[in-house]
Amino acid sequence: MAAPALQLHDVRKSFGRTSIINGVNLSISAGERHAIIGPNGAGKSTLFNLISGRFGVSSGRIDLHGESINGLEPEIINRKGLARSFQITNIFPRMSVYENVRCAVLWSQGYKYSFWHRIDALDGVRERTSEIVDRIGMTKRRDRMAGVLTYAEQRALEIGVTIAGGANVILLDEPTAGMSRSETDEAVELIRKVTEGGTLIMVEHDMSVVFNLADRISVLVYGEVIASGTPQEIRGNKAVQEAYLGTEQH
Amino acid sequence: MEFFLVTLLNSLSYGLLLFMLSSGLTLIFSMMGVLNFAHASFYMLGAYFAYQTGLHVGFWPALFLAPLIVGGFGAATERFGLRTVHKFGHVAELLFTFGLAYVIEEVVHLIWGRAPVDYRIPAQLDFTLFTLYTTQYPAYRGFMMLVSVGMLLALYLVLTRTRIGLVIQASLTHPDMVESLGHNVPRVFMLVFAGGAALAGLAGVIGGNAFITEPGMATAVGSIVFVVVVFGGMGSLAGAFLASLIIGGIQTFSVALDYSILDILGKVGINVASTSAWHGLWSITISQTAPVMPYLLMVLMLIVRPRGLMGTRES
Amino acid sequence: MLTETDIRHLGRSASTSSVLTPRRIVFWVAVALIFAGLPLIFTQSFALSMLSQMGIAIIFALSYNMLLGQTGLLSFGHAVYFGLGAFFCAHALNLIGAEKLWFPVTLVPLIGGVAGLVFGLLFGFVTTRRAGTPFAMISLGIAEMVAASALMFTAFFGGEGGIATNRAVGKAFLGVSYGPQIQVYYLIAGWCLVAMIAMFALTWTPLGRMANAVRDNPERARFVGYNTTRVRWLMMSLASFFAGIGGGLAAINYEIVTAETLGLVASGNVVLMAFIGGIGQFWGPIIGAVLVTLLQSALSNYTQAWLLYFGLFFLVIIMFSPGGIANLITLHKPVWNARLVQRLVPSYVIAAIAGAVMLAGFFALIEMIYHYEAKETSSKAFSYFGLILDPMQARYWIGTAIVLLVGMALVYGVRRVVGRAWENLTVELQQKGAV
Repeated sequence: MAAPALQLHDVRKSFGRTSIINGVNLSISAGERHAIIGPNGAGKSTLFNLISGRFGVSSGRIDLHGESINGLEPEIINRKGLARSFQITNIFPRMSVYENVRCAVLWSQGYKYSFWHRIDALDGVRERTSEIVDRIGMTKRRDRMAGVLTYAEQRALEIGVTIAGGANVILLDEPTAGMSRSETDEAVELIRKVTEGGTLIMVEHDMSVVFNLADRISVLVYGEVIASGTPQEIRGNKAVQEAYLGTEQH
Repeated sequence: MEFFLVTLLNSLSYGLLLFMLSSGLTLIFSMMGVLNFAHASFYMLGAYFAYQTGLHVGFWPALFLAPLIVGGFGAATERFGLRTVHKFGHVAELLFTFGLAYVIEEVVHLIWGRAPVDYRIPAQLDFTLFTLYTTQYPAYRGFMMLVSVGMLLALYLVLTRTRIGLVIQASLTHPDMVESLGHNVPRVFMLVFAGGAALAGLAGVIGGNAFITEPGMATAVGSIVFVVVVFGGMGSLAGAFLASLIIGGIQTFSVALDYSILDILGKVGINVASTSAWHGLWSITISQTAPVMPYLLMVLMLIVRPRGLMGTRES
Repeated sequence: MLTETDIRHLGRSASTSSVLTPRRIVFWVAVALIFAGLPLIFTQSFALSMLSQMGIAIIFALSYNMLLGQTGLLSFGHAVYFGLGAFFCAHALNLIGAEKLWFPVTLVPLIGGVAGLVFGLLFGFVTTRRAGTPFAMISLGIAEMVAASALMFTAFFGGEGGIATNRAVGKAFLGVSYGPQIQVYYLIAGWCLVAMIAMFALTWTPLGRMANAVRDNPERARFVGYNTTRVRWLMMSLASFFAGIGGGLAAINYEIVTAETLGLVASGNVVLMAFIGGIGQFWGPIIGAVLVTLLQSALSNYTQAWLLYFGLFFLVIIMFSPGGIANLITLHKPVWNARLVQRLVPSYVIAAIAGAVMLAGFFALIEMIYHYEAKETSSKAFSYFGLILDPMQARYWIGTAIVLLVGMALVYGVRRVVGRAWENLTVELQQKGAV
């Protein structure tokens, strides 16, 4: 069996004397859609930050496709095939939709820091960028400056920028936060489409999204995974109900 | 020995002066995210105002008046200048203070001319404090240290023991929270900026007559203060204190040392011909390299430890 | 998130395509023709000198904007690379003159460019590890360090007197010896055109685009696979290359290079140029370079206070139009396209009059102060736009104060008039679908 796409071995993280992640063990197979849920403050975003290289672990190990990515810079991890989106939209506000996606495409197309290629003449870049812009349904708005898009459009662009580089492990941090019902449904369909064949890990609060998309769910409470399994198993798990599902009504 | 002690005392008084300037700069930067390019200009204004008011009322009243005037000027700058530019971001704020420094220097040219003005040490302080071996140590230097330490002590007490001090400390890291608790944060900002300016002005009052009072004094001191702040770590008062003493010491000592590598080689019996290409290089004395020293140190610090002596991770 | 107003203040990004349309080619050919034709219109020798200065300033300011406008790096020490390029070229010219080096004078600026590039790589390695305010301060520190070293290493930098050189050296090429100023002008114009096209082309490369990304959101740039420090370092080196070319041209033009060429005043100057022109557009710094050179040459003949006016002008731009003159121009683009400029003309005329009154009073006041402080023993009266003003008599002070106050009141009132004109215009534009 191939190595899991992502594996966390006893990962811990403290900021000063405050420990946020207290020994997380997680194994996510290639092609799996995995949701991480948990109450606010459980450490979900911190976990993403650790995996994507924004912070370093205090102890423990994170493996991407069997290779350790501990202590690597975010751009190195990204080049190894892991991309993440942000909970608070993090795009390039002064660039158009098209240009935003293009920035995310450049490295994967091999152009690196080239200053001798005319960017408009790069067919591969142009085709890939148009393809992604189309997939996120923004072709009509492709020349709009990102800073003036609507909230839902920005969230879609956020996803587009995340997947544009062709990463096969995608981390989405609360992709449907702040969306209306219909916007959420659209977003779910988009996510399902764009993560076809790849590995998806997402943090979500909206339970309908979670149960709709996820193959497996892990529940994070106070920096520890208290349960991990299929949606059925999680729904029936007593500890989870007490810690999370039972106390919140959606 | 004598040389060492005298130079040490000199570097101490100079270092304390540097700290007066860099502490104000650090406070303003920590709180408002603005690096005040015009900070050294406030130093210069303090000296000039002290000179001008001193002509009419004498040194001692000027000691109190000049910083107040500079503080008022600082408050006006914040209220009418910085606040307008604030919405355009930190780069615009920095450039505003840069332009302000430029304009202040030109206004000083306009009013007082380009030559140094005769801002003198007052007669009451113009005596020898003590004699160390053969050098007479001027009382005024001692006075400078006294004022510096006193001012900094007062600053420390205000920040840690008074209510407004606590509000300021809180606003340093959480201005929004402080505002929602009902404090007038814009007014606090104006106060801090004015306070920093007044502190710089006071440094000018006591430094202007010890060193020199001329339109170029702002740029001369200003860059050293920046070096101190970067060396000590941006946003750290303790770092600024340490850096002030270190940089002040290195500057004072290096200016006084007239040795070159040539001298050292000569002592060991190696003589380099004056026609040799290396002669020019080896004959450079330490005092000649003095102007470069602080900047060299800063560059080295940036290579070895980018966040400075005691800086927090990123500004 | 940004509002439309914010974006307008900051200046827009470039247009959407770099394809070399016939229209673009015509544009660049037109620019070349204008450069070529200018000396035929402005024939006096001082005009030729000023045009040469402008050419050099344009290269310098555009190279600076590669750092600031494109990559978001505020540098207070860009003249270091300009100056080092100048010094290397001065020495090269001297070597050519002593026949120790064979190199065509036409290509000497390239030596400056390489010098700039090397030092850009060297210093840039240290400075680009940080961005924002720390970078600005570090760049200042490096500038101070180099300026202080210039007085130390007299063999290379020539000490106080600098390095003198002669540009009319080497074999004359097709009769061109670079002795006469007109030949130097064409050399500068040629390099300016080449540099402009090169720097413009650079904005349309992967590095150029990622520099914008690093400027706008360095964190996101990392998460799409780019090392932000590397991007900044490369942009810094390239910008230093072009700055060095400018320096080389300066060495040829002035035939002397001193420590001031790489000093802090020169670095501050290019910041002013770029900002006044406008950093949000590629062509903004060109306007700034031309305007500032013009003001510096022309104004200094008429008044001692020109540096003060200069600084105040800069402050006004920062406070009220931080996107510079370029931004003011682009604000009017939709108006121009919809052919509705006439809507604004009446209010602008009134504003111009009000402004003129205020400025007349203000300049008079400053000039009076300068002349009052002057050490002349004879009469301090001076000529001001044809009037005679005497700072020793009170009535002139009162008169000046009145004019100034009236002007200020007028300007304050006129703001509302202009604002309303724009409001109505915006409504009309929106109805037409133009905005």
